[in-house]
Amino acid sequence: MAKYIFKRICLAIVTIWAVATLTFFLMNLVPGGPFMSEKAVSPEAMAALEAKYGLDKPLGEQYLTYMKDALHGDFGQSLRQRGRSVSSIIFSKFPVSAKVGGMAVVVALVLGVPLGCLAAFNRGKVWDHIISVIATCGIAVPSFVICTFLMYTFGVKLKWLPTLGLTGPANYIMPVVALAFYPMAYIMRLMRSSMLDVLGQDYMRTAKAKGVSQSKSIFKHALRNAILPVITYLGPMMAYTLSGSFIVEKIFTIPGLGGQFVSSITNRDYTVIMGTTIFLATFMVIMMVVVDILYKIVDPRIKLK
Amino acid sequence: MKKNPLSFQLDLNPDDFLPASEEEKESLVVMRESVSFWKDGMRRLRKNKVAMVSLIVILVIMVFAFIVPSFYPYSYEQQIKGSNNLAPMQYSAQELARIDAGEKVFPHIFGTDKMGRDYAIRVMMGARISLLVGLIASAIILVIGSIYGSIAAFAGGWVDIIMMRIVDIIYTVPDVLLIVLLSFALEDPLAKLASIHGFGWVSKVGTNLICIFIVFALLYWVGMARMVRSQVLMLKENEYVTAARALGAKSGRIIKKHLLTNCIGTLIVTTTLQIPSSIFTESFLSFLGLGVAVPMPSLGSLASSAINGINTYPYLLFIPAVVISLIILSFNLLGDGLRDAFDPKLKN
Repeated sequence: MAKYIFKRICLAIVTIWAVATLTFFLMNLVPGGPFMSEKAVSPEAMAALEAKYGLDKPLGEQYLTYMKDALHGDFGQSLRQRGRSVSSIIFSKFPVSAKVGGMAVVVALVLGVPLGCLAAFNRGKVWDHIISVIATCGIAVPSFVICTFLMYTFGVKLKWLPTLGLTGPANYIMPVVALAFYPMAYIMRLMRSSMLDVLGQDYMRTAKAKGVSQSKSIFKHALRNAILPVITYLGPMMAYTLSGSFIVEKIFTIPGLGGQFVSSITNRDYTVIMGTTIFLATFMVIMMVVVDILYKIVDPRIKLK
Repeated sequence: MKKNPLSFQLDLNPDDFLPASEEEKESLVVMRESVSFWKDGMRRLRKNKVAMVSLIVILVIMVFAFIVPSFYPYSYEQQIKGSNNLAPMQYSAQELARIDAGEKVFPHIFGTDKMGRDYAIRVMMGARISLLVGLIASAIILVIGSIYGSIAAFAGGWVDIIMMRIVDIIYTVPDVLLIVLLSFALEDPLAKLASIHGFGWVSKVGTNLICIFIVFALLYWVGMARMVRSQVLMLKENEYVTAARALGAKSGRIIKKHLLTNCIGTLIVTTTLQIPSSIFTESFLSFLGLGVAVPMPSLGSLASSAINGINTYPYLLFIPAVVISLIILSFNLLGDGLRDAFDPKLKN
């Protein structure tokens, strides 16, 4: 087990390093440098700016300095928001995204698992059909379509829910629903097929023959085995929620990291783009590792390689 | 000769060695045509109503995306003066005057946008871009993934280990982040490339679209590679591979002729299911403004630019949204149907 965890963490570190390096060199590929788009700057001022940000040094040296600073949590200064460091932007915006994303994950699990089970128990009946239609549509509809549909119906036409910002609890409903929709549909499908699989197993018949009550056999035997594929999906779900937040936060103007990332792309705020990419990548990779290890702990049948 | 009563020896007489009569030969004639892999799969697919309906939907959308625009009276970048922001089937004052004068004016079926461009043709062109991205990206993924996966599995040993470690690393890389980053960083270098003589096609295709293809080629083949590898690992133990090798076939020939042809079911299914996810990603990027370049429309960018006018012109948003959902849904359902038809083992 320790060996597996060690190996997994090593792989994660290599991945994070690869992403950070790729990010750095890709950003340097953009010609003209970060000050090109500014209004006419005299050569002296340009040189001063470059010296200030260390851009006059050779690329290799810049790379080493950047990586060293990044390891200390310092991603430099924002080029567009004067006087703010990238890390302070990240740490002020990330909790907002994490709150919305976390709520979406919880909603997706709380709705997806029971509905998937319901479909499996009523295989071929009305509930099964209704749930599979929802699941199929949920996987096919892109998040921006769901967002705009929700916004139009509940925000613009019915005026039940506020459409902008994140001021009250009611503001959370639409973004969370929009973010949770795809993972919920996916979990429903996963849960349905794995539950059907488990229900056909011999141990379920044995439990029934022993006289175990219906609810006990479902919770003790069926659910515990059927939920395993959902745990493997937790990692990709985190990644989806994070990337989905780009669109959701843009549409609902939520002051989170996803919206910040998108606007820094349109503003060409290089240091913020780099810092946010590295931060989000690290976050995602760590979540993946945690989920992977969790999965091995939960399911001892999985052979540790 | 005396026969042992327990012997199974047959009693033969010379008559048994006469040539078979026509009547006897008939029992050996194959009455039913042998069912090939394709026919068998297609037969199962044809029975699947959901898959057939989605196939028809895809074909209809393809006709509208690739054939109808070539004789449609409006073009996607043509700005019709005075016809800004028309509702579906509405005519502008000038067009009404022309109709009164006895001219025939083709109606704006989906209305026009704020620049006075006919929306129906823009949606059709957007669907064309989305479909092209889906098809080409899946083709790239198919080629890279199947070659990589089969080489890794066939070579085995340390080659396999190293190749699969690379796959593992790419697999854990957060793809959307990198896509955004790559399409941002490659925008300018590609634009520069387009200005060099002989690379004019780059700007014709659109730099962002090329970025998307590069990104798919760099990142998205790993799923396909894993799938093919697991199939080839199983297939390469088969006797026909040993037989082919005994006959002196080179590794490349074995992979091409024997291994890949035998996992064709998996390849078809995975590729079909890859198409909607590529379209999904493209619309996501276009929505963020990193997709196709203006004035070329894509379903994602159409929806994105319609968001600001959601209060007054909601149909501008709903039409591309519905079309893209329809495309993704039909490809998903067709993929499921193909999986059931060609690769029943994959059905979990």
